[in-house]
Amino acid sequence: MVRAEVIVHLKPGISDPEGSNTTKALHLLGFDAVQSVHTTKVWEIDLGDTPEAEAREQVDKMCRRLLTNPVIHDYDVEIRS
Amino acid sequence: MNKSDIKWAVLRIEGTNSEDESAQVMREIGVQSEIVHLKQFTGHDVADHERRNLADYDGLWIAGGFSAGDYIRAGAILAARVKSRLGNDLSEFVEAGKPVLGICNGFQILVETGLLPNLEPGQAYTQAPTAALHLNDCGHYECRPSLLRHVNRGNCKFTTGIPHDEVRTVISSHAEGKFILADDRDYERLVDQDQVVFTYTDPDGSDDPAYPWSPNGAAHAIAGVCNPEGTVFGMMPHPERVFYRRNHPDWTRTGLDAGLGFDVGDGRAVFESIVDYQVKRL
Repeated sequence: MVRAEVIVHLKPGISDPEGSNTTKALHLLGFDAVQSVHTTKVWEIDLGDTPEAEAREQVDKMCRRLLTNPVIHDYDVEIRS
Repeated sequence: MNKSDIKWAVLRIEGTNSEDESAQVMREIGVQSEIVHLKQFTGHDVADHERRNLADYDGLWIAGGFSAGDYIRAGAILAARVKSRLGNDLSEFVEAGKPVLGICNGFQILVETGLLPNLEPGQAYTQAPTAALHLNDCGHYECRPSLLRHVNRGNCKFTTGIPHDEVRTVISSHAEGKFILADDRDYERLVDQDQVVFTYTDPDGSDDPAYPWSPNGAAHAIAGVCNPEGTVFGMMPHPERVFYRRNHPDWTRTGLDAGLGFDVGDGRAVFESIVDYQVKRL
């Protein structure tokens, strides 16, 4: 079975309020070594027996048509068989 | 065209929650309005007598709410469904000069579909989004009155009844309202083409208001934009929630006539302006 792992992250310079609030909370808990926290979203997509190259192509389209907004997001795709 | 013959569709799917008051305010203005589920337009899983054709309507309002639970991103799922199932009908609708309004979640959907801000005159929408409505800088949902400056110079058909530079109180109610352009160099063109409609301001009239007067940290304090033709318009705050003066948080102190007429709220002009445009044009 082919599984795609899509990691969606915010582009550099795009604010990440969830990440910065988490940074503050971790500091309050005493984790002084924390310099910054960034949030990402991971999608695990099962594609059955789709050939790997085709799976990659399809997942790329999924990212562009639904999973990301190119104005604020970058994404990485990893395909595992 | 007679006002009473004008027909608006208020679009909803699961999670839309402002459709009733949206349909109601259009009726108050004197036009017909009907709440239509997306499936009624696409014809999927719907009885024959419930089918509707977008072309039979004169205006489309994508109402506020949390369509599809705001999963993935606010507006992303409805935008993808609209584009894949209704894309051609919507292009024809926009190209015919018929108005499309998106409030709050509706604005997020118009941005995700590429209908807004859309800097290219003559094309209904861009293939990919050219802006985003990102999570508010404060990191959470905001519900509060906002002060909006009407900066449009006459292009937007939804705000011709509001004097230029006038400040109006409109209710913000969103978690993802931070307007960001893909390329900030597009801002100048957006201004040149008179596509910026409302910006957030504060009681001192600042162009760069701090939180909470800018509830989200939007670039250039942008609260609402229109397409180059001025017929597609989206804004984050809710003008339909200040349709009546009695909707305003301070009406008990100021009374029901604060200068616009008895029980006329600051948002009413948006709907009067577009219907006025339709009466003259259609």
